[in-house]
Amino acid sequence: MHKNFKIMIWIAIAMLGATAISAIALNRGESISALWFIAAAACVYAIAYRFYAAWIAAKVLMVDETRATPAERLENGSDFIPTNKWVVFGHHFAAIAGPGPLIGPTLAAQFGYLPGTLWILIGAVLGGAVQDMVILFISTRRNARSLGQMARDEIGPIGGVAALIGTFLIMIILIAVLGLVVVNAMKHSPWATSTVAATIPIAMLVGFYMRNFRPGRVLEATLLGVVLLLLAVVGGGWIDHNESLRTLFDHDGLPLAGSIIVYGFAAAVMPVWLLLAPRDYLSTFVKLGTVILLAVAIVILQPEVKMPAITQFVDGTGPIFGGKLFPFVFITIACGAISGFHALIASGTTPKLLTNERDIRMIGYGAMLLESFVAIMAMIAATVLEPGVFFAINSPAGVVGKEAVDAIAKINSWGYAVTVEQMNQLASDMGESSLFARTGGAPSLAVGMASIFGSAFGKGMLALWYHFAIMFEAIFILTTLDAGTRVGRFMLQDMLGNVWPKMGQTSWMPSVIFTSGLVVAGWGYFLYIGVIDPNGGVNILWPLFGIANQMLAAIALCVATGILVKSGKLKYAWVTGLPLVWLVIVTSTAAWQKIFSDDIRVGFFAAANDLATKLAAGVLPPDKAAVAPHLIFNQQLDAYLTMFFVVVLWIVIIDMVRVTTRYLSGKPLLPTSEAAHEPSRLVENWVRD
Amino acid sequence: MLKKIIHLWHILRQLTGDDAYDVYLKHHAEFHESSVDAAPALSRKEFFKLWQDNKWKGVKRCC
Repeated sequence: MHKNFKIMIWIAIAMLGATAISAIALNRGESISALWFIAAAACVYAIAYRFYAAWIAAKVLMVDETRATPAERLENGSDFIPTNKWVVFGHHFAAIAGPGPLIGPTLAAQFGYLPGTLWILIGAVLGGAVQDMVILFISTRRNARSLGQMARDEIGPIGGVAALIGTFLIMIILIAVLGLVVVNAMKHSPWATSTVAATIPIAMLVGFYMRNFRPGRVLEATLLGVVLLLLAVVGGGWIDHNESLRTLFDHDGLPLAGSIIVYGFAAAVMPVWLLLAPRDYLSTFVKLGTVILLAVAIVILQPEVKMPAITQFVDGTGPIFGGKLFPFVFITIACGAISGFHALIASGTTPKLLTNERDIRMIGYGAMLLESFVAIMAMIAATVLEPGVFFAINSPAGVVGKEAVDAIAKINSWGYAVTVEQMNQLASDMGESSLFARTGGAPSLAVGMASIFGSAFGKGMLALWYHFAIMFEAIFILTTLDAGTRVGRFMLQDMLGNVWPKMGQTSWMPSVIFTSGLVVAGWGYFLYIGVIDPNGGVNILWPLFGIANQMLAAIALCVATGILVKSGKLKYAWVTGLPLVWLVIVTSTAAWQKIFSDDIRVGFFAAANDLATKLAAGVLPPDKAAVAPHLIFNQQLDAYLTMFFVVVLWIVIIDMVRVTTRYLSGKPLLPTSEAAHEPSRLVENWVRD
Repeated sequence: MLKKIIHLWHILRQLTGDDAYDVYLKHHAEFHESSVDAAPALSRKEFFKLWQDNKWKGVKRCC
């Protein structure tokens, strides 16, 4: 009876899920309730977690709960510590979920809500969550080694170097594009700029409190910081209304980009405790709080999604970024569906805390499902806006025109109703001077969130909600920027240390300044180009980031597949092999088009040549002609960078295929680096929750 | 109910690292104090410094 009851519940979940997905997919009406998205996501995740993930854990990985984990065997009280599974889950989730799952879906909404939503759901349960879980497992079996080390140990030195270079370049592109998102959110917005600026001294104050005033009292300090952040949002409104103060924070893109570059350098050189660590606490709390609040608001309010299921822009003419639905929706939404970056957290960081192998499913697979859910909520927040408003905010001036009237006329010509008055009213409701061409996804997400929060908790404070949402996005974008610059610095020091050992000392100040400067110069360059680009820059940088991130995922899946085959599990190798094949198809196609397409909105070389011809013919207006040489050089650089990514990816694939064929034909291989079985002593006496 | 709240509070403290020093003291008492030449436990301030610097060595944040 009990068993039958369980079966019936799962049948009901499956039916509800199928109904919700059909409702989303088949709806051709004016609008559809966002609750269907939540229902579809919850059912898909539940079924995938209960059946697919459980099957992978039991049959493919054969997790062994009696086997001691590195946290137990190597316990040292500082980094290897057996930790409560919910705590590990929390750390792991906080580490993997950055601003990516908020921005990608917002940009991909130009294709309509359906393609992005389906990719987020399917990509996560069959790709991203599988990757995270398998990498967590193989790293746990290998003394918590990092992805690069495992690639070197199991596949060969080439894979290791490729993973290292891939990570470094992604970091550079990622930071540049995130910096650009923040710049676009702060451009000519004294309220947003002053609030974001205030987060820096607040973080320092919290850092000082935790380090010196009340050492180790993390919770007290964080609480203090969160209260101050909320006050900073309110204070920003006050500054915005003060005529003399507001001019201090009212800036163009270029000076804002400059200050972000200076800030990034300072943050990488400063000690962690002063800025990075406290900012991380604050951003984690604000992030979790806001995501929960958004979920509650969506459930209470059940907003209507007004974006069509599919727009005409699937043909590649979209204003936000050029390129057809395939492959670009799969590149644009990386985080939330599958993100290679997670493999870096799942190897090395999380396994050092894992108490028991049986929690690998919950932490590896479960945390990714939660991130995917965040992406679904971002998709909802973007698509509850009137499509006309959505395109007015997200279309760069280079595509729709600088003047509001031109932009509106262009958007109306696509069949999306919106008026200048409507946009002006919206901007004044949100406490901004203009919302046209605020590319990057953050402002439109903030408008969407503000309208959801506004309807759920009172309309009177729309401007406050808008700037709260901007602060929420900016604070963890800046955390990623700080942390990324620092990680890039460590990698560079490590690499240079092979040539000149002194450079490898992470505390030697000349080396710190030199390597931090190089990393900041790297992303600062792309950020600068993004700001001067009349097409907004996001349309170039985000696909580049997507390709790089998916490439890293493909490398991680190569390592995972190679290890599965080497451990005699060839018949299950499709579990990581299928997502790998899909990613290779997607990234290779996207890269091919970005390099060779004749469409100047897709192909880097095509765009460079087009601009060069126009420049030579003298048809560019003087302001565009002045920046044209930079843009031409940058487009060419981006093309070569994309080529480099694809070549690296294919080298790793060929290496992996070499290893597996050697295994299958019985030839000698690198020995497995799996640590020997040691029985766990914690199984009986560990107090389970 | 009260038990649940206390339990949640413990998880929150563990999640944030608020109780890291207490955990360290316990670890120290269990593994190190028995040997004769063991160094005395670090002070709260010293420990927190080490703990925080340690925590930020690897890749900590992602996209």
